[in-house]
Amino acid sequence: MANSADAKDEGLVFHPMDQFIVEPLFGAGPVHWYTVTNVTLWMALSVVALILIMVVGTSKRALVPSRAQSIGELAYGFVHKMVEDVAGKDAVPYFPYIMTLFMFIVLSNFLGLLPMSFTTTSHIAVTAVMAMVVFLSVTIIGFAKNGIGFLSLFWISSAPLALRPALALIEIISYFVRPVSHSIRLAGNMMAGHAVIKVFAAFAGVALISPLSVVAITAMYALETLVSFIQAYVFAILTCVYLKDALHPHH
Amino acid sequence: MATKSDVSMSTCIDSYGSAIGMPQLCTDWASNQIFWLVVTLVAIFFVLSRLALPRISAVLSERQGTITNDLAAAENLKSEAEQAEEAYKKALEDARLEASKIIESAKAEIKQELDVAIEKADADISVKASASEEAIAEIRKDALVNVKSVAKDITSELVKVLGGKVDTKTLTSVVNAKMKG
Repeated sequence: MANSADAKDEGLVFHPMDQFIVEPLFGAGPVHWYTVTNVTLWMALSVVALILIMVVGTSKRALVPSRAQSIGELAYGFVHKMVEDVAGKDAVPYFPYIMTLFMFIVLSNFLGLLPMSFTTTSHIAVTAVMAMVVFLSVTIIGFAKNGIGFLSLFWISSAPLALRPALALIEIISYFVRPVSHSIRLAGNMMAGHAVIKVFAAFAGVALISPLSVVAITAMYALETLVSFIQAYVFAILTCVYLKDALHPHH
Repeated sequence: MATKSDVSMSTCIDSYGSAIGMPQLCTDWASNQIFWLVVTLVAIFFVLSRLALPRISAVLSERQGTITNDLAAAENLKSEAEQAEEAYKKALEDARLEASKIIESAKAEIKQELDVAIEKADADISVKASASEEAIAEIRKDALVNVKSVAKDITSELVKVLGGKVDTKTLTSVVNAKMKG
């Protein structure tokens, strides 16, 4: 897909992955860790969106909520209920952390749907950091709350004794695979949808198939809107599930 | 994007400014992304935990309290309304009872008055009837007397015409005898 040198001569040029390039916002040059890039811009926009929805929108503290306040309250209620239902009542102190992850992902995903935008959550570097933070926090919380008893998570007492070592091995492997699946699921979903839209968009240059292309882009866009929310939800709910394992390791 | 040929300061971008392979796998940018991600997450966390979440939670609990209070007030008002309805029904029942009593007594009164009036009328009628009977009897008596005198006169005249001599005593006894028969 990156054979752009060959593709240049043909009419149809595919650059579906160019939208994921990280580039400095001001001028050209190498991207250092502190460089203000499009990543910075779109992450900052997610913070702005968060402030608009959750702080400015709720500033009236109305008893009968306005539309903006309703969105904030819905988001709050949605995540709070999820934490309570999935991870249990004693997980409520961790609610702000899960809310932070959920709001960042959902806002980044939706901002990424804007044309010409940069989807920060489509990068594994971003999602892997979040997944590792979740993984490490959950493991630390598990050992801090249950001590060595946290290891009973891997020792399934309801299974026959002969099977337990084999199951323990599987459980341990699946435990350490968690951050990988957790991060790749989100980044992969976001990247794939955006790349597909770009591919369809490239076909729009051909007059004969451009109507089909527009229909396909519209359909993909609708699907991506759904996926944007669902992936944020999945990330948050899996975090809750992991947290529940840490708080109550006994099956 | 494809026209920026001078941007390629990274190993992940070709000379045309296009991505080589997946930009997601380019490690050149990872530190930049991680740094800004940490900054963003910390910012979001502080905005949420310091401003947004306490405020929304306060608003929600306040609303819950208001709803609970309103429901309790509504419950009170409902029971009050029920009591009022009960009282109204009782008053209506009493009024009906009272009305039927009044009707009953009025009926009795009217009946009594009517009875008195009828009795009086009966008495009047009987008085008038007896007076009439008396008058009739008198008239009849008078008529009898008249008949006697007329009969005597006619008889004496007849006797005179026939050439007889009128004896008053005999005449009276004869007429009386005939009248009786």
